[in-house]
Amino acid sequence: MTNMSNTLIEIRNVSRIYYDTNGKPTEVLQNTSLDIRRGEFISFIGASGCGKTTLLRLIAGLDQPQGGTLSIEGQRITEPTFERGYVFQQAALFPWKTVEENIAFGLKARKLYKANKSRVQEYINLVGLTGFERAYPHEISGGMVQRAAIARALINEPKVLLLDEPLGALDAFTRVDLQDTLRRIWQQTGITIALVTHDVDEAIYLSDRIAIMTARPGRISEIIDVNITGERDRNDDQFILIRKKALEKLHLAGEVFRDIRGLGEAI
Amino acid sequence: MSKNNQYWKPQSVAWFFAALGSLFTALVVGRYVPNVQPVNSDYYLATLGIVIFGLLALWVLSVFVKWNLRERLYHSSQLIFAIGILLTVWDLLSTKSGTLQLPFFPGPPQIIEVIVNERGTLLVSSLYSLRLFFVGLISGIALGIVTGVLIGWSRQWNYWLFPIIKLTGVIPSVAWIPIAIVIFPTSFVAGVFLITIASWFSIAFMVAQGILATPKAYYEVARTLGASNRYLLFHVAIPNTVPNIFTGIATATGLSFLTLVVSEMVGAKAGLGWYINWARAWAAYDKVYASIVIMGIAFSVILAVITLFKNYFLRWQRGIVK
Ligand SMILES: Nc1ncnc2c1ncn2[C@@H]1O[C@H](COP(=O)(O)OP(=O)(O)O)[C@@H](O)[C@H]1O
Ligand SMILES: [Mg+2]
Repeated sequence: MTNMSNTLIEIRNVSRIYYDTNGKPTEVLQNTSLDIRRGEFISFIGASGCGKTTLLRLIAGLDQPQGGTLSIEGQRITEPTFERGYVFQQAALFPWKTVEENIAFGLKARKLYKANKSRVQEYINLVGLTGFERAYPHEISGGMVQRAAIARALINEPKVLLLDEPLGALDAFTRVDLQDTLRRIWQQTGITIALVTHDVDEAIYLSDRIAIMTARPGRISEIIDVNITGERDRNDDQFILIRKKALEKLHLAGEVFRDIRGLGEAI
Repeated sequence: MSKNNQYWKPQSVAWFFAALGSLFTALVVGRYVPNVQPVNSDYYLATLGIVIFGLLALWVLSVFVKWNLRERLYHSSQLIFAIGILLTVWDLLSTKSGTLQLPFFPGPPQIIEVIVNERGTLLVSSLYSLRLFFVGLISGIALGIVTGVLIGWSRQWNYWLFPIIKLTGVIPSVAWIPIAIVIFPTSFVAGVFLITIASWFSIAFMVAQGILATPKAYYEVARTLGASNRYLLFHVAIPNTVPNIFTGIATATGLSFLTLVVSEMVGAKAGLGWYINWARAWAAYDKVYASIVIMGIAFSVILAVITLFKNYFLRWQRGIVK
């Protein structure tokens, strides 16, 4: 395979500046470049406020950069489409719709529902929500809400799934459970996934590559390849070695340990 | 309070029988204390009898059905008890002694008698009022939702319509009565107009607010799922605004009751408001009270029906459906 067809998303010299109410500029992303490969699982890790969400929103097309370009399969990204699924930290399920109706949203919006009704149940099963089809969002747990949000994005069969700390607010058990689900989905579907996370172990467990980000100005300072052969075990020697390396790089990048472990978020 | 906060004293058998006892007292007083005023108490006594029998029947039925029937009965017991006492005292002060003077303060037997005797006129008047009310309210709701959505969704419409809504919305709709009577061909159309504007503004205002307050995240999620602008409006913004629509309808309903009665009193030749005014002109105060009672019942039924609709449309908020 050539290098060209191997790249799905091209991020070239992207910068994003926000202005506060006094007109004072903050450069949230500075001159950031990255290629996201087709079919890979890539994680972004770094302290709160270093621009992870900003970068993900740019990829989604929910936001536009002041400088540089983003493209997918050679096409400029200018607006959001169903081809780039997005899951927010607060899942933003539509509270007036049942789990099933939420998941069917994309098909209905694209007028594909009538011909593909069975797909809804397929994706409900894929994320493990069988039996909760008729529940309203406030009736199910936080973990199940995130499962529904993931299924809702996946049903459109997007080229990339963008996940902004989808597991950040969950308790440790639920989180591990959902990590397994995510890994299984990624292996089964072969979809490209970009994940923002606070949790180094989560990043290592799930990713092919980990992009470490620094703040003020925000940019990608390091990319770590996670080449672990076989099943991933958090106590395995290879795993521990990569964890050590990642933490080292994060320290070099000036991040605070407790922050990246998600024990005490600054914001 | 018991562990079940929904009901007041849901275990209290004693209060239930106290309630039956107080109604029974009213019945006995009405039957055996001689009348001073020239009133036929038969219908009143029959009504009390039916209510007592009905309560007992429900109590027996509550053994066999679920949906908290017994708790509801017990919940109402203290209120029913108080009503029984009130009726007894009122009957003694009016029909039985003449302390409360006719024609302004008739007793309960006389009001019930009038309701029975005047049932034809009262029924026709109620139907007139209901027709006016529903035509007015439904057109108010329709206009309110349409203008509210326009104001909330489009900058252009917002610019032109919002000031109009804000300005005219503060004017009580009854202030338009003199103008409405002159402009419109019939008092019915004038009444519809008045009720429409009474309900229009409060609904439009709430709807516009709801649309504008729709969380940005909902729109963003929907757009990454392939929704067009039009789809955002009809499947995100408007559903998100349904709770606001019902808040608006609640305000509008109250204003519409008021506008209905006042406009019928002033301009109409039919309806409960007209009937009250007509009865007052003849100093037939028993009829005034009769129509007030009917109004109370009719308006309560309307509110209950609106609540049913609301519970259905907002079922996702309450977790009624599993
Ligand atoms: N819409 C915005 N307007 C102004 N500043 C913003 C906006 N969005 C984000 N920022 C700022 O940009 C910085 C990076 O934000 P974000 O990308 O959300 O960080 P992260 O997701 O890594 O925590 C933060 O300092 C934040 O305050
Ligand atoms: Mg973020």
